[in-house]
Amino acid sequence: MLLRDIAHTRTGDKGNRSTLSVIAYDPKNYERLEKFVTPEIVLAHFEGIVGGPIERYSLPQLGALNFVMHNALGGGVTRSLALDAHGKCLSAKLLDLVIE
Amino acid sequence: MTRLPNPNILRLGAGAGYAGDRIPPAVALAEKGQLDYLIFECLAERTIALAQLEKLKNPQSGFDPLLRARMKAVLPACLANGTRIITNMGAANPLQAGREVLAVAKELGIDQLKVAVVLGDDVLSLLQANYLSEHLIDSNQTVADIQPQLVSANAYLGAEALLPALQTEAQVIVCGRVADPALFLAPLMHHFQWQADDWPLLGKGVMVGHLLECAAQITGGYFADPGYKDVPNLAQLGFPLAEVNAQGDAVITKLTDAGGCVTVQTCTEQLLYEIENPAQYFQPDVVADFSQVQLLQVGPDRVQATGAGGSPRTETLKVTVGYRDGFVGEGQMSYAGPGAQARGQLALDLVKARLAAAGLGHFEARYDLIGINAIFGNAPINPGHGHAPAEPEEIRVRVAIRVQTQAQAQEVANEVEALYTNGPAGGGGATKSVREVIAAASMLMPRGVIQTQTVLLDSSTGDV
Repeated sequence: MLLRDIAHTRTGDKGNRSTLSVIAYDPKNYERLEKFVTPEIVLAHFEGIVGGPIERYSLPQLGALNFVMHNALGGGVTRSLALDAHGKCLSAKLLDLVIE
Repeated sequence: MTRLPNPNILRLGAGAGYAGDRIPPAVALAEKGQLDYLIFECLAERTIALAQLEKLKNPQSGFDPLLRARMKAVLPACLANGTRIITNMGAANPLQAGREVLAVAKELGIDQLKVAVVLGDDVLSLLQANYLSEHLIDSNQTVADIQPQLVSANAYLGAEALLPALQTEAQVIVCGRVADPALFLAPLMHHFQWQADDWPLLGKGVMVGHLLECAAQITGGYFADPGYKDVPNLAQLGFPLAEVNAQGDAVITKLTDAGGCVTVQTCTEQLLYEIENPAQYFQPDVVADFSQVQLLQVGPDRVQATGAGGSPRTETLKVTVGYRDGFVGEGQMSYAGPGAQARGQLALDLVKARLAAAGLGHFEARYDLIGINAIFGNAPINPGHGHAPAEPEEIRVRVAIRVQTQAQAQEVANEVEALYTNGPAGGGGATKSVREVIAAASMLMPRGVIQTQTVLLDSSTGDV
């Protein structure tokens, strides 16, 4: 199954860091998110984009995880030469993650 | 529309979530939202620096370019309904913005208007005088290192700075840099007499502000994903409003006839938007704690938000420093049909070789194939799926280079356009651009050295 089948995501930017929320549609899938969507898995998924490290915060009452991805935005929105300097599109990339 | 104000509930509406935001949803809220306050948040990180450059060219400018249009659109309804307006559209020139609001009112035939202008966020001279040796956050540089390129320095003021303005009779309150959530926290503190050291309450007010500050991002904007997250009537997307009680509990909702939706899902996405550690959201007035927030659907397009907390504010305020950081030259060109990707790659290789021979010295560069790797670079495609996507029918070449001078940036842009007659077959649709980079950095300043001030402008006395 893909992450997209059980969760939705949104990214935001803070300097050269990208924040990424992963939210279960159904709270009963939260444990699955916590088990499979680890910082290591996310870093591997964003290989070549996010330098890392990645921190993860848990919000079980919201069925949500919040990731802070360091060295993710080509030096930061105001300096980056990237087409998507804010990393707005990164949220969709994670939806393609295969989980069990 | 007449209404009976309910002193136990404050109704706050979001009129804009960024500088270029749409105006009709704000008008709808002004007319039908029965609002106590309509709040326009229009400043991104670099906005003030860019506005400061405008002000250097023309001392009568430097405020939000849509200020006049927005005020013209919402002032009549807001005044008729007793709705006060709060906005950071003052940008680099809040005083002139205040005068502009009075001028718009006059054009509308409104002869009784008071505008309170909040000053003090501009700390550029203070920075130059006393803080050159301070380090920039997340950087090896000090302020002194970028001093020659400095454009602006603005402290993130808190709700506290807005309270004196709210205590006047002003119907419109204009400021420059104030922390986004503080624009919403301030009227809550003012109305419910929340104390400036009641940290849990301030944390709840910050939560309300954070949920509303991006306007439509909580009513179904930036949310739709067909087949997965469908949003009704997105074309007529409405802006949000919050009903907040004295305990800081809030219901987020929208006008019933506006498009969009307010659900636990939209609210969760916005609650965590641009948040790092949810237990420590640093704000000028409080360190807010969103880690225990509960969201509950209590009706159609009505979500109750409770459980935020807070701990004491820090002794420093964040200051955003804007500085000139070279120029970017960019060019794009499309290739399509069989071999599009190979021709696009050849185009990139040609531009790279020509720029290397152009004597530009060291420069940062980015060579993208839009449709292939411009967004996600060379990150693994569909990890776990085990199949590669088919070659695209169309791709677009993009070259972006950061250089020191405008002339060099122009040369870069021209090299891409020159692919027309000097590049692979079948390139079309060239575009090029040159822009000066205004970068933003952050530093901390002791809050005690930053003095704020309220200036009251009154149309009836001509005191402008």
